[in-house]
Amino acid sequence: MIDLIYLAVFLPLLGFLINGIFGTKIKNEKVIGLIGSGAIGISFLIVVGAFFETLALPVDQRTNFVNLFTWMKVGSLDVSFAYQVDQLSLVMALVVTGVGFIIHVYSIGYMHGDKAFWRFFAYLNLFIFAMMNLIMADNFVLMFLGWEGVGLCSYLLIGFWYDKDFEKSTTSAAGLKAFVVNRIGDVGFLLAMFLIYLFFDSLKFSEVFSRAVSLDVPGHIFMLITLLLFVGATGKSAQIPLFVWLPDAMAGPTPVSALIHAATMVTAGVYMVARTSVLYAMAPTTMMIVAVIGVFTAFFAATIGLVQNDIKKVLAYSTISQLGYMFLAMGAGAFSAGIFHLMTHAFFKALLFLGAGSIIHAMHEQQDIQHYGGLKKYMPITYGTFLVAAMAISGIPPFSGFFSKDEILWFSYTNLGFVFWLIGVLTAIMTAFYMFRLYFLTFDGKPRFDEKQTYPHESPKLMTVPLIVLAVLSAIGGFIGIPEIFSGAHGNSFHTWLSPIFKSAELKLSYYGAHSHFEEYLLMAISVAGALGGILGAAYIYIKRPSIAVNTVKKFKLIYTTLWNKYYVDEVYDATVINPIVNSSRSFLWKMFDNKIIDGLVNGLARSVGDVSSLIRKMQTGIVQSYALVMMIGILLALFWIILSL
Amino acid sequence: MQIQIEYYLILSAALFITGVVGVLIRRNAIIVFMSIELMLNSANLTLVTFSSYLGNSIGQIFVFFVMAVAAAEAAIGLAIIIALFRNKLTVNLDEINIFKW
Repeated sequence: MIDLIYLAVFLPLLGFLINGIFGTKIKNEKVIGLIGSGAIGISFLIVVGAFFETLALPVDQRTNFVNLFTWMKVGSLDVSFAYQVDQLSLVMALVVTGVGFIIHVYSIGYMHGDKAFWRFFAYLNLFIFAMMNLIMADNFVLMFLGWEGVGLCSYLLIGFWYDKDFEKSTTSAAGLKAFVVNRIGDVGFLLAMFLIYLFFDSLKFSEVFSRAVSLDVPGHIFMLITLLLFVGATGKSAQIPLFVWLPDAMAGPTPVSALIHAATMVTAGVYMVARTSVLYAMAPTTMMIVAVIGVFTAFFAATIGLVQNDIKKVLAYSTISQLGYMFLAMGAGAFSAGIFHLMTHAFFKALLFLGAGSIIHAMHEQQDIQHYGGLKKYMPITYGTFLVAAMAISGIPPFSGFFSKDEILWFSYTNLGFVFWLIGVLTAIMTAFYMFRLYFLTFDGKPRFDEKQTYPHESPKLMTVPLIVLAVLSAIGGFIGIPEIFSGAHGNSFHTWLSPIFKSAELKLSYYGAHSHFEEYLLMAISVAGALGGILGAAYIYIKRPSIAVNTVKKFKLIYTTLWNKYYVDEVYDATVINPIVNSSRSFLWKMFDNKIIDGLVNGLARSVGDVSSLIRKMQTGIVQSYALVMMIGILLALFWIILSL
Repeated sequence: MQIQIEYYLILSAALFITGVVGVLIRRNAIIVFMSIELMLNSANLTLVTFSSYLGNSIGQIFVFFVMAVAAAEAAIGLAIIIALFRNKLTVNLDEINIFKW
């Protein structure tokens, strides 16, 4: 199955081609949906097969390469279309195809009756193809191909309903914003690639990483490379300062938000940092920057999430916040903990988004949680699964989020320090609070919509079964990474599985420091207590005493409006970056440089040629004899010249 | 008594100049055409002269070629002039100046 891994990558492309080219002819939603999700389903089975085959191999033979063809070969640059099947890429591939398949099935129900049903599935398949290239690539160039491909699909899918209004403008403007912001990050990625090639003379992961350890390259080069790579990661994974596109990306259909903007694409940055962990390990300063950005993003996004009313906006800020946790883990050198959280987050955040989609479906496109309430009795399955996901993201044991988040918090305490842990725990408390604010406002209390006009209903089986599957994964997914203090000698099996990938990076970092089990239990207890406190607080405020929320808003008007307006980051970017660029482009580049100078050059050239021609064409009289005269004079001159030069 | 080569060459040059002047200054297309023939024949004369002077027959053979080509050219040229005359009812070169800007 390892040799067949290319099929897992190319089947989605086939699905894209079939649905994309013949979609308008097929028309039948069942066939289109079957092709779209079937392609991903088979991919998933192949990846599962490859996983078990790899599992059966001895630990030191678990990295395999599948070479398809040489892509480009110029001088010492030799880039192959080759896939690297190892522990890390398999975990990612399982998440992408597994969660991707579930979301595809859900989409058949969710997109039912859409006029461009076929286009939706074509784009989704194209996305999976690009994402698989990103994670399976064995070199930076192929990874970059996937990296750009997922960006393109993200753009196409955010603007899927391109004729629909979104906030102040349109969904296609939101897609454009995502694309442009990502482009800033991509420049960083590209520059980093150039530097890597310059110093390591290769773009293949395995060669670069072995040379990074053996060659004597100065430390500031590593810092520059990793910082540039991290710029790319902040763009793709929506970290400060390039996070602004993700909330707007909610303009797309909800399954897209679940697949691309929660479970898979936005984690590409985290994956890339984990993949290049060796380089990061050589640059401790960058590690610190990654950790600071990560923890700050986690905190900052969580505060915004506290006050938002759009159900998808809350989830979007929650995603940014959880991605911040993953980068905190990366910065702390706890790479496998970060990947673990990536995986559990894919489960419960996809579930939250799909649940939100189910609710939006039932409430006729209403997304404001202030107009929900009491949905518990109308949609029991959505309610139950949403509750599981909310518990998981809040870090309540034994749901999956508890294990992954707690591991990150523990490593941030041991490897970075108390302050990082404290901010992390505060974020966890806020996470529990806003998640359960969302939960209580949606499912509990009295309905705040007109029950005579809106009849909420449970979604069809095609949508609820995926919810149940994801709920099971969110509930028990954490058990594969039970921390050592619970499992004893057996150790953390997820960590053991990934450890060969991160061994060389962790050797470089080598955090020493004795920490007792008592400390670990204590910190764990504090974070769980904090999460429970957040939940109880939300329950008290939004069920028992709604007046508290209103009064708090009134009392802290300034803080509330700042949070409500997302710290005015968009406005600040508009004023400091976008407007100056747009204005100077318009007044100088367009009206001055383009209109006057470029156009002037071209027009001037044409005019001067015309002027000269109008002089010269006077010679063209049409009288044969004048031509003959000129010819004769020419021959005479030539003759004289020949005779004189003899 | 042998006629010296200079006489032939001078005659040939005189014929050629007559032809050139005729091409340049006459207005009737047929006369211009005849002047061209004159130039060709002056060249033929020169070739024959040198052939005899050098005792080499190549020049004379070449003249046959020139005459053959001149015959072909005369046929085409006259055809063009007739076609022109049918269109413009004139063979006056001054009035045939449609190929201009």
